[in-house]
Amino acid sequence: MLYFENVRKEYPGGFVVLDDINLTIDKGELVSIVGHSGAGKTTLVKMILAEDKPTSGRISFNSSQIHKLKGNKLIDLRRKIGMVFQDFRLLSNRTVFENIAFAMEAAGKSDEEIKKDVPHVLDLVDLGNKILHFPDQLSGGEKQRVAIARALVNRPEIIIADEPTGNLDPVNTYDIIQILKKINDLGTTVILTTHNKGVIDHLKKRVITMEDGKIIKDEKLGKYSI
Amino acid sequence: MKNPIKRIFKSGWKNFFRNRTVSISSISILTTTLIIISVFFFFRGIFDYTIDQIKDKVDIKVYYRLDASDTDINQVKDKISSLPEVKSVALVTAYDNLEAFKNSHNNDPVALQALNELDGNPFGAILTIKAQDMTSYDNIVQSINSGSQFLGDSFSVIDHTNYNDSNGVYDLKSTIDRLNNIVNWINVIGYWITLIFMIMSSLIIFNTIRLSIFIFKDEISVMKLVGASNMYVRGPFLIESIIYGIFSTVLAIALLFPITYYVAQKTTVFFNGLNIYNYYTNNFFSLFGILLIISILLSLISSVFAIRKYLKI
Repeated sequence: MLYFENVRKEYPGGFVVLDDINLTIDKGELVSIVGHSGAGKTTLVKMILAEDKPTSGRISFNSSQIHKLKGNKLIDLRRKIGMVFQDFRLLSNRTVFENIAFAMEAAGKSDEEIKKDVPHVLDLVDLGNKILHFPDQLSGGEKQRVAIARALVNRPEIIIADEPTGNLDPVNTYDIIQILKKINDLGTTVILTTHNKGVIDHLKKRVITMEDGKIIKDEKLGKYSI
Repeated sequence: MKNPIKRIFKSGWKNFFRNRTVSISSISILTTTLIIISVFFFFRGIFDYTIDQIKDKVDIKVYYRLDASDTDINQVKDKISSLPEVKSVALVTAYDNLEAFKNSHNNDPVALQALNELDGNPFGAILTIKAQDMTSYDNIVQSINSGSQFLGDSFSVIDHTNYNDSNGVYDLKSTIDRLNNIVNWINVIGYWITLIFMIMSSLIIFNTIRLSIFIFKDEISVMKLVGASNMYVRGPFLIESIIYGIFSTVLAIALLFPITYYVAQKTTVFFNGLNIYNYYTNNFFSLFGILLIISILLSLISSVFAIRKYLKI
């Protein structure tokens, strides 16, 4: 489904952030990417959304080469991938409903579909009662659940969660991981980057360990071992 | 895609009200800039009014010979007024000239007695000519001096003009030339000031809009990453810019009523009778149109440029 072949990313001045990345992620997998700050985790996930481009190598999603996509094809790719950020990145002047509706509107969904699907996805993340709240009226955990609902609402093939629990307390961390696990159980591929040892050990799924821009370990049933 | 235009409009309108602080600051700066542009508009008005008044005071005079007949005098007058460069002509007859002299010297018995000593009227008729444009006087005088070609036999009744008299007694030409030069220079300076002013106003508006969009750069990147097209991201910002333009124009126009009213009371005499408030109300729609076009156009262009770099993701 998702392939990295000999991917290298080098910034001007010879600063290498990714080096010789070879990786395959299959449909329905839950993959955790772990590593210290600066290991290259975020650069790696940015490349899946074509937010950043490799200096050399290929990144493919199904049959299309992500780093070569432009215009409408790039927009189509991004609609197939849901993104969850550590700092939530909700639209501050829109309500919970409008934040999620935005992703559907951007994908060209009708008003009827939006009215039907948004409450449904909010129920999935247990936020049905906060539909008209603004982001600054929500706790960190609630904001992250809205972000997950937004990522989920267009039924993407992959959900990428970049340090989704980095700003959350243990209770909210557990809730968010449970939601991501549930999404994965329903068939969506989930890529998770994290520092959290407890999360990795709890998941008991594939773990990719990165260090200095390289993959140093890739285990089917991995544990946090940095 | 369903209703994208409607959604963009709705979203822009909502953003305008929800980002109240940004909207109020942007509108305040835009309104101030528009009022400054209006002040410049008034300066142009005052300048044009003053120049018109000076131009209005300029004319040339054709002096008839003392023995000119009324028929010849009128023939010359009709011929000259038929020239396209001529705006108006006014004839003062020899008799009117004599009466005017008597009236202006009624306290001067020596002058009046000297007049009585003379045999007949020493004054000839005078034709005062105003041109459509200050630069046209040369052509008019050339036509008059071309003699019988233009005026026929009646040319002989002209004694001289005060434009460029061959005897060197009158030299209105050099005065008009100097005045034309001054007017041209003032116009050139006016255009440069207009240009500098427009660039400064554009920069203020551009930076205001740029800052208001900069605040949302992270949100713009999120919109792009959830799969929104450039137009769908840009659209609401453009609508907001249009709303900024409309609100700031309406506000500036409304504030100009009390401002010009107050200024008019203090300056009408100073500006030689030009009432700024009346000038404003007489030119209300043109100023409204100018400000609306400037504010909307500059806000829109600024938005397009400001948002462009955040869309490259």
